[in-house]
Amino acid sequence: MNHTKYLATVLASSLLAISTAAAGQEGAIEIEKQAGPGRERPILVSLTGFTGEATHVLQFDLYVQGFAVADEQSAQYLINGSNNGNLQGRVTDRVTKNVKLAKAYSGASVRRQAHAFIDDFVQVLGRKPIGNTKLAFKGQNGSNGEIFIADFDGFGAQQVTRDNTIVAAPCMVPGHLAMYYTSYKLNHPDIFHQNLSTGDRTIFARFGGSNMSPAVSPDGSKVAMILSKDGWTDLYVCNSDRSDLRRLTKSRQDESSPCWSPDGQWICYASKDNERRSLSKISVSGGAAHRIPTNGVGNPSEPDWSPDGKWIAFTSQGRDFSICVVPSTGGDATVLTAGEDPSWSPNSRTLAFARRQGGQYVLSLLDAPTKQVKDVSRTSGSSSQSQPSWAR
Amino acid sequence: MKLTDFTKLVLLTLILALPAAGCKKRPGQITPLPGSRSGNVSEANPAPPIQPDNGLKAENTGGFGQVSPDVRKDWPRDYEIFKGDTVHFDFDRSTVKDNEKSKVSHVADYLKSNPNTAVQIDGHCDERGTEEYNRSLGERRALALREQLVSLGIDPNRIDTASYGKDRPAATGHDEAAWSQNRRGEFGLETPPK
Repeated sequence: MNHTKYLATVLASSLLAISTAAAGQEGAIEIEKQAGPGRERPILVSLTGFTGEATHVLQFDLYVQGFAVADEQSAQYLINGSNNGNLQGRVTDRVTKNVKLAKAYSGASVRRQAHAFIDDFVQVLGRKPIGNTKLAFKGQNGSNGEIFIADFDGFGAQQVTRDNTIVAAPCMVPGHLAMYYTSYKLNHPDIFHQNLSTGDRTIFARFGGSNMSPAVSPDGSKVAMILSKDGWTDLYVCNSDRSDLRRLTKSRQDESSPCWSPDGQWICYASKDNERRSLSKISVSGGAAHRIPTNGVGNPSEPDWSPDGKWIAFTSQGRDFSICVVPSTGGDATVLTAGEDPSWSPNSRTLAFARRQGGQYVLSLLDAPTKQVKDVSRTSGSSSQSQPSWAR
Repeated sequence: MKLTDFTKLVLLTLILALPAAGCKKRPGQITPLPGSRSGNVSEANPAPPIQPDNGLKAENTGGFGQVSPDVRKDWPRDYEIFKGDTVHFDFDRSTVKDNEKSKVSHVADYLKSNPNTAVQIDGHCDERGTEEYNRSLGERRALALREQLVSLGIDPNRIDTASYGKDRPAATGHDEAAWSQNRRGEFGLETPPK
């Protein structure tokens, strides 16, 4: 073999060896350990060079998505950058020295730029971003309350109603700036639909009895709700134009809190049978209800189905309330943290929920795999914030 | 081609330097972010919502159907007259206890004597449940009282129910004394407007 061919071979095999080695190491680092909910270690990152509000946003976004800030020696990813005016940042794999991301941002606000940077980082790791998502919730003072919508971290809350009445159970329409909620504005528990861009709203359900807990299907075409118009509290479903109202359950006992499977085929809800509380699911076309066992955890309610279809998060009521998850097929449930009324983000790992604090509710975010919890920014004007609905 | 040792060294250096050079991403392009991605949110318009047309009726088996709340929405409602008949419930239950049934009979007797009246039953819960679970439980309590009235001969079309979950407590304590007061069904007499 002549020298040129020899060198070419060395070159080729070296490149192959280096890239394989690099990929192998990256693969080992990036495989998210399937240790089960609440048992994963956070991915350690270092964070340097940023200041002020940018740092707070970066830290918050990282923490609620299962990362933890550490020193450079312990970190798996080194995140550094600056935000003099515009934010720019770089993410480097500490071991391989590969630069995973290097970007600069302009426009909007420093908060939005910081959110966008973390969004780009998690997307490099193959995850769905949440930095630009919104949370609807209820803000309450005493009996009465209003509906609000804010950034997912609680920032920039805007008031959606101004009725000074009882409101409940906001539910964002997926992919739209619109929602359903229950309001007693007309002296009666009715379900309203509101277009958040225009402020226009219509009565969606005002039947005799109570109209409660609206849940819109992932494609926006159907709405499930709990009605008592026929004399029992039961699960109903109709189209989003209010046509084809169908009763899915006929049980003397109380159903509550319907939620949809991501494929829109199943409705999961809190059920009761002989005074024993459980989670059940029923096909959108009707038929028999199937119990979803939550082994090890009792009194489940307020279920929410993860967007990837794998998990159902719910509230368990014991001496106190806990956020729990169970595989969507049913099985062993896992207690994650104290709180109620979970709502999944688009990434199927971060949950919004409410926790009790001194007689009021506070909104908080939980990263299910690591159990890391952080309260969102509080909204002024209401002493209690609860019933989050993550806009997906 | 003969390669000197120096050239081999240079090539070796290049080989080792390749991965870093190949993967380096320069922040040459800046990502511009739009000012307000989802637009400003408008508050609900103060104009009254559009009145609903009649939706399709669902099947009406199981329980007694209820009339639309618009039928009696202008009827004056009096909670004082039946204040002593507020029925209390056990924790997490909607069963009407035997020792509460005389209250329901009292309401039924009044309704029988005053056939042009109707009654609103409001169901309530104590604070120890989650919000939507309590909303449904409160409704179940009101419905249980409604069924009791029907069994005593009252036309179900004269009986409306609503749940207030745990949003309107009667007592503001955090102990069983308060909680037992809050787990209740209240009767409001409705009379036709003059």
